[in-house]
Amino acid sequence: MNGIDESIVIIDYGMGNIGSIVNMIKFVGSKSIITSEKKIIERANKIILPGVGNFDKAIKNIQQLDLQDVITYKAKEENIPFLGICLGMQLMCNKSEEGVLDGLKLIKAEVLHFSFDDNSLLKVPHMGWNTINKNKEIPILEGLDNNSRFYFVHSYFVKCTNEEDTLTYTDYGGQFTSAFSSNNLIGVQFHPEKSHKFGVKLFKNFIEKY
Amino acid sequence: MYRARIIPTLLMDNDGLVKTQKFKNLRYIGDPINAVRIFNSKEVDELVLLDITATVENREPKYENISEIVSEAFMPIGYGGGINNINQIERLFKIGIEKVILNTSAFSNESLIEEAARIYGNQSIVVSVDIKKDIFGGYHIYTNGGKIKQKGNLIQMLTKFQNLGAGEIIINAIDREGTMNGYDLKLIEEACKILKVPVVASGGAGKIEHFVEAINIGASAVAAGSMFVYQGVHRAVLISYITSEQVEIELSR
Repeated sequence: MNGIDESIVIIDYGMGNIGSIVNMIKFVGSKSIITSEKKIIERANKIILPGVGNFDKAIKNIQQLDLQDVITYKAKEENIPFLGICLGMQLMCNKSEEGVLDGLKLIKAEVLHFSFDDNSLLKVPHMGWNTINKNKEIPILEGLDNNSRFYFVHSYFVKCTNEEDTLTYTDYGGQFTSAFSSNNLIGVQFHPEKSHKFGVKLFKNFIEKY
Repeated sequence: MYRARIIPTLLMDNDGLVKTQKFKNLRYIGDPINAVRIFNSKEVDELVLLDITATVENREPKYENISEIVSEAFMPIGYGGGINNINQIERLFKIGIEKVILNTSAFSNESLIEEAARIYGNQSIVVSVDIKKDIFGGYHIYTNGGKIKQKGNLIQMLTKFQNLGAGEIIINAIDREGTMNGYDLKLIEEACKILKVPVVASGGAGKIEHFVEAINIGASAVAAGSMFVYQGVHRAVLISYITSEQVEIELSR
């Protein structure tokens, strides 16, 4: 389609370290386009929604760029492969305790703040490497087992309304949903672009198996 | 399973990789791009890159170099050196830096912490504090590459940085830096007790036991420079790494 069918569109709404995702996609032998333009997103065959930062600020930016409708259309009508990373995953949910604005509502889930007892040794944000426990098997996890390590940095976590949407759980003072999937939609709380060979595998799967 | 992070700290001066002792005796030890490539192949948890002369020379971060360094490094990388405005921070995130590290500007421009944390989230904003002990055992913060002593009580300042939005604080003991004699545990423990955000122990690591000591008193991550770039008593340059798994085994003993 229009000469960009080999490419993945990374939506740039002004938040987050997109450079590392571009580097990773290049490394696994594919191409990506970074854009905040509706017209280019309209033609995307695959979308990555990245993001680091504040929930409401992200939603506001997306609205200001007038991208909410096109994102929803691509994700829910065209059903193209769609990967949300970190805040991008959280934006796919209905709402977040971090803000008051509605999320993109692509998946039935809400985003909650980690809270631990004062005497807990666990710090917020959950920052560092942690493993995954698979709740189901889908192609994006091919070749990745429960010992696979990923890099996490987040203060809020996703809670799916339907447990079957949870793709992986991770333990941090209890099990939380570290990845979800529903049809074409995938979200990961961790940063696969910063997760060595495990992240390389995940990106390879997203590129080759979808 | 969650583990404390083990972080090599790489110091840069202009285009070279250097190592210091107590912020002095600067020694050129190689090429940062090559070093990062080796650390990447060792699958390190995270890397810290500090341009130690950017602020002193009043210059910008060397974006092209940083960009090349991170282009094939698939671990989180924190960068510090010469950052004093939000546009620089945006540019660093765009080229693939995961965290920005503020030191001198945390004092000269407090609102930068707040502004950056609001836009990019607390987790991306790290304040690194260089601390020296006086002869009476009191701790003082230094900035501008360890050259300028700052007023203010250490504990109050750390709490302030946390409240302004720093998502992580690196506690670096100047007197220990490059000595490989162990962290300033009293200092690290004090910081861990009062801070809710993760604390990175820095300055003095020389062996795995030092990591264990710092983790046991609450450090969320341990940083080391000399230990990962030198080998042997004569300090031959040889890059090595100790994984969090190895530390875990030590911890469980």
